[in-house]
Amino acid sequence: MSGFWQATMDLITSYGSLISLAGLAIFGVMAVNALVAVYFERKVSAFMQDRLGPMEVGIFGFKGGRKFWGGIGQTLADALKLLTKEDVLPDKSDKALMILSPFIIFVGAFVTFVGVPFSSYLLISRFDIGIFFILAMSSVGVVGIILAGWGSNNKWSLYGSLRSAAQIISYEIPAGLSILLVVITAGTLSIHGIVEWQAEHRWFIFHSPFAFIAFFIYFISGVAETNRTPFDIPEAESELVAGWMTEFSGFRWALFFLSEYANMLIISLLASVVFLGGWLSPMAMFDIFPESWMIMDGALWGMFWLLLKAIILIFVMMWFRWTFPRLRVDQLMYLCWKVLLPFSLVNLVAVSIWELLF
Amino acid sequence: MSMSELVFIFIAALTISSAFWVVFSNNLIYSAVALLFTLFGVAGLYVFLFADFIAATQVMVYVGGILVLIIFGVMLTNQISESTVTQTNRPRLLAGVIAFIIFLMVAYISLTTQWHEGTVQTAEKTTTVIGDMILNEYLLPFEAVSLVLLAALLGSALLSRKQHG
Repeated sequence: MSGFWQATMDLITSYGSLISLAGLAIFGVMAVNALVAVYFERKVSAFMQDRLGPMEVGIFGFKGGRKFWGGIGQTLADALKLLTKEDVLPDKSDKALMILSPFIIFVGAFVTFVGVPFSSYLLISRFDIGIFFILAMSSVGVVGIILAGWGSNNKWSLYGSLRSAAQIISYEIPAGLSILLVVITAGTLSIHGIVEWQAEHRWFIFHSPFAFIAFFIYFISGVAETNRTPFDIPEAESELVAGWMTEFSGFRWALFFLSEYANMLIISLLASVVFLGGWLSPMAMFDIFPESWMIMDGALWGMFWLLLKAIILIFVMMWFRWTFPRLRVDQLMYLCWKVLLPFSLVNLVAVSIWELLF
Repeated sequence: MSMSELVFIFIAALTISSAFWVVFSNNLIYSAVALLFTLFGVAGLYVFLFADFIAATQVMVYVGGILVLIIFGVMLTNQISESTVTQTNRPRLLAGVIAFIIFLMVAYISLTTQWHEGTVQTAEKTTTVIGDMILNEYLLPFEAVSLVLLAALLGSALLSRKQHG
C-alpha cells in the first residue's frame, strides 16, 4: 500500500501544480469573462433600449451618465450580491440534485475550455481531435440542466429544463454538421490543423459559398445552444418565471451564470477559429494593406485578433438579444428541423462536390 | 506503482462503484445520475487505451444523447411522481439464473481472451486509422449499421405520428 501513497504524492508534486495552474487559469478566464460580459451586456442593452440604470450607477466619484464608465458600479454591486446572497434550498426539492446540477453544468463549460485556444500558443492542451472534443464536452451541460429542472420540484423548472434540453440537443445537429463541412475541407479535426489550412488558403467563410452559409448556420445554432434570446424559451419570463433556474439562488445560481457566459465565449471563439481564421490577422488575408502593417501578425497579436473576432461575435449575440422578440416553441423547432437541418445537409453534399471539382 | 496506474485505479473505481449505484439505487433519477459518472469513467478508460476519438464519441453519444433520452424517458413515465420504483424483477429465480449464465459467459471470455496491452500508443492519429478501417475493411458492417439506424429513425417517426398505418 505504500506504493499507492508514494504514487499519490508523486502525482501531486509533479503534476498537481501544473493541473491546478491550468484550472485556475480557466476559472479566471470564466470569471473575468462573466464580469466583463455582464457589464458589456448592460451597456449594450442601455444603448439599444434607452435603459437608464446601467448608464447612471457610479462609484468612487465617477458619476456615470453617458460616459464609458457609467454603470460600472452595477457590475461590482452584482458580483457582491451574488457572493453574499442566501443559499436557498426549497423544502420539497431534491436537495442532492439541487446541489449537484450547477456543478455538472459548470464542469461541462469548464472542461470544454481545455480544448479552446486563445492564440496559437496560449491554450491548455493541444489534441488531434480538438474540435470534436469541444463539441462533445459542451453537450455535457444538458444533463445538468435536466437535473436542475427535475430537482427543483417545480412545474416551471421542469418545463424549462425539458424545453432547454430538447432545444440544445436539436441545435447540436446543424451546428455539428456545419463544423463537419470545415473538417471535410481541411481534412483534420485538430484546431491548429484547421487554422494552418486557413493560413495556406483563405478564411473558411470566404472559401466557398457553402462555407459562407455554414458559418451562419453554426452561429444561429450556437446562439440557440446558449439559450439566449431570441431562443430563450426555456427561461421565458412571461410564461416560465425563470425556467429551470427559478429555484436557484446565491452561488449556485452564479455558477449557471458563469457557465452561460462561458458558453457564449466558447461558441464565439470556436466560430472565430473555425470560420474566421482564428488567430490569423486580416492583413494576411487581404492584400490591400500596406507592408508595414504586417507587423501586427505576430504571436501576441494572434491573441488580440482571435479575441477581437470573438468579442465582435459576442456583441452580435447581445445585439440579437436586445432587438429580437422571442420565438415560440413550435417556431423554434421549425427553424431547427425544417430550415437549418436541410440547409446544412444540402451544404454538406454540395461542399463535397465543390471540393472534388475545384 | 506508477502514476498512470494510480489514475487508472481511480477511474476504474469510479466506473465500477457508480455502476453498482446505477443498479442498486431505488430512485430512477439517481440511477441516471450515477450512469453519468459510469459513462465518464468508461470514456476515461478509453483515454487510457489511447483511443481519444472513441472517448470523445462516448461522451458525445452516451452522455449528450442517450443519457438525456433515458432521463427524458424516466420523467415522462406515468407513475414517477414518488420517484421510488423498485428495481428488483418479478420472477427472481429465472432472472437470477439468466444473470448468472451471462456472468459466467463474460467471465469465461475475459479470462480466455488475449488482451491487447493498452499502455503503448499504436497509432499516431487515431482518426486516420479509424476512417481507413471503416471505409475499407469494415465497410459492410458500417453500411449495415447505417441501414439499421435509418430504419429505426423512420420507424420511430412512423410510430410517433398520430394516425399511423
